[in-house]
Amino acid sequence: MKSIQELEAIRKKTIDNVNQRKDRTTTRIVVGMATCGIAAGARPVLLAIMDEISKQGLSDVSVVQTGCIGVCRLEPIVEVIKPGEEKVTYIKMDADKARRMVNEHVVGGKVVDEYVMHIIDGHIVNDYTVKND
Amino acid sequence: MEFYRSQVLICGGTGCTSSGSMDILAALKSELATKGLDKEVEVIRTGCFGLCELGPIVIVYPEGAFYSKVTVEDIPELVEEHLLKGRILKRLVYHDAIEEDKIKSLNKVSFYEKQLRIALKNCGVIDPENIDEYLAFDGYKALEKAITAMTPQDVIDEIKKSGLRGRGGGGFPTGLKWQFAAKSQNDQKYIICNADEGDPGAFMDRSVLEGDPHVVLEAMAIGGYAIGADQGVIYVRAEYPIAVQRLEVAIKQAREYGLLGKNILGSGFNFDVEIRLGAGAFVCGEETALMQSVEGKRGMPTPKPPFPAVSGLWEKPTVINNVETYANIPQIINNGSEWFASIGTEKSKGTKVFALGGKITNTGLVEIPMGTTLREVIYDIGGGIPNGKKFKAVQTGGPSGGCITEENMDTPIEYDTLVAIGSMMGSGGMIVVDEDNCMVDVARFFLDFTRDESCGKCTPCRIGTKRLLEILIKITEGKGTLEDLDKLEKLALEIKASALCGLGQTAPNPVLSTLKYFRDEYIAHVVDKKCPAGVCKALMQYTIQDDVCKKCGICAKACPVGAISGKVKEQFVINQDKCVKCGECMAKCPFKAIVKK
Repeated sequence: MKSIQELEAIRKKTIDNVNQRKDRTTTRIVVGMATCGIAAGARPVLLAIMDEISKQGLSDVSVVQTGCIGVCRLEPIVEVIKPGEEKVTYIKMDADKARRMVNEHVVGGKVVDEYVMHIIDGHIVNDYTVKND
Repeated sequence: MEFYRSQVLICGGTGCTSSGSMDILAALKSELATKGLDKEVEVIRTGCFGLCELGPIVIVYPEGAFYSKVTVEDIPELVEEHLLKGRILKRLVYHDAIEEDKIKSLNKVSFYEKQLRIALKNCGVIDPENIDEYLAFDGYKALEKAITAMTPQDVIDEIKKSGLRGRGGGGFPTGLKWQFAAKSQNDQKYIICNADEGDPGAFMDRSVLEGDPHVVLEAMAIGGYAIGADQGVIYVRAEYPIAVQRLEVAIKQAREYGLLGKNILGSGFNFDVEIRLGAGAFVCGEETALMQSVEGKRGMPTPKPPFPAVSGLWEKPTVINNVETYANIPQIINNGSEWFASIGTEKSKGTKVFALGGKITNTGLVEIPMGTTLREVIYDIGGGIPNGKKFKAVQTGGPSGGCITEENMDTPIEYDTLVAIGSMMGSGGMIVVDEDNCMVDVARFFLDFTRDESCGKCTPCRIGTKRLLEILIKITEGKGTLEDLDKLEKLALEIKASALCGLGQTAPNPVLSTLKYFRDEYIAHVVDKKCPAGVCKALMQYTIQDDVCKKCGICAKACPVGAISGKVKEQFVINQDKCVKCGECMAKCPFKAIVKK
């Protein structure tokens, strides 16, 4: 049982974890794990990110699951919020892409442009299926 | 795997192909071969990008350069400049592409910018299995405020003043419901959360439970405080295992923190919640049937009155609200009723969550302020119809609702306006239908569903929906008459007037609304024996065009039922009586000599 004061203390303590803005102090990686995300393959993505982070021995990075982000067709979605940076939304991820994202963006500081949205005229045009010839 | 330093994506969708993208593909490949780049640059044919009016479209990675309206003549320059020298060919780049490509966060896309997230505020932001993260976004502050600084009547007044109406479909004012239950005198009262989401295509309740389970628990506790209930029940379908599991975690955490259980926050107020699993019957979303099911009886509706607020679960006063309704409550208490009432329209306050599905680009979950038009939802947020197809209608309210056509696209979305144009808000499923869908078949699909899901208690629904379905099937098979259309209408109105519960009363709506807006399609099926959309199998024919046919006989070999007869180099014909309309011959014909009509 927590008192009102204790709840307030938890709120203060956790606010930086969930902060969506760039004035946060740690890196937060969020993986969409609602039914839509899991069905699209979010579980291996989450595992790959956690594995890569422990391999690299990164601290100050939290990996969390979250509910439906809304654009179910672009799942698995991974969002990265780094201190001092705007939130970056990666879409249609898989385990290999996730590892690359951890290495190049979280560690290297360079956003992997190929995996973020490609927007033309307000439309997100990553929604194509590649038919290799 | 070979390593390519660059990928060139060429759209192979119908739109771009017809504007010559396959010629570009061929030209590009030969140009790459001449320049000796074919081992370094991979050429990929893709499906539709959804921007057919800009086609043919070519995208070059890793730069992500977006070239529009490319012609065969442009190819040598494109290869020379971009792929050989690494300079983006500015002349061909679509004008907005360079600027807009810098957007990296989903929040800045028009899909998000037109939305207003209240019920979905925390969905996709917090970790649903961590109560601390919910707390960080002012979680359980509303409960704290209600039980320490407000009387139960204050809470009810606040909800009443906010103008919140039930989000499960009925649209009954929530505050009024709470008031009735608060006034009923009894030693035991109940709060129920209706999470038996059954409409085909609707998944907003599941998403709230999966993404933000604590908001429902907090709102139920506030409701319990307001009406004097100490027990809550969440009735959730067993088909939502992730939602159930996250709810269980949330309940456990809330109990550990003393936010559920005895003497909450030291105020002397007791409230606890249990989960009941539904077995997936659509009728159990109807409140009286739901309570029968919770009591362990067969899920069948009972006549109203008595209303649940007077005699509900175990014949005790009960408030039953939908998941999305609860998701609004904590913020109304925190921010005040005036804040909530300032959003939306005169008669419909706040926001509504819709599940976009069917023939729409951005399939997913959107939350919009009431009063937004359907056009904004479908084109600005939903991204329009994929593959350059033409919009035909949008079905709202699932099997209980109706369809809305192009002429009503600018109607603001409100409870009453949707009813006025023959549909309803429903729980918020929005299924978009394009020119490839047959409206008679859509009506048949929904009637097939309601016929299956009818509990069988009352005659109009049990037998009526079956007869409606039979007539619809008859029409889709080309055996209908004009008289059948009148019969359909008469029977539909009779079922509406006489069925016991909401399921039966609304089941004929898809028939009535398609009859109203698409009577010409029904008439085409009945009089011309044609399905204009080419969906109803019995009404189409596969035929071999003699002038295109090369008499090779591949179709005859492909036909699984031996319906194609003939001799090589002479003639082949399809025996229409034997044909099962599988389309195999059409798919196999190398000369596209077989047509579907």
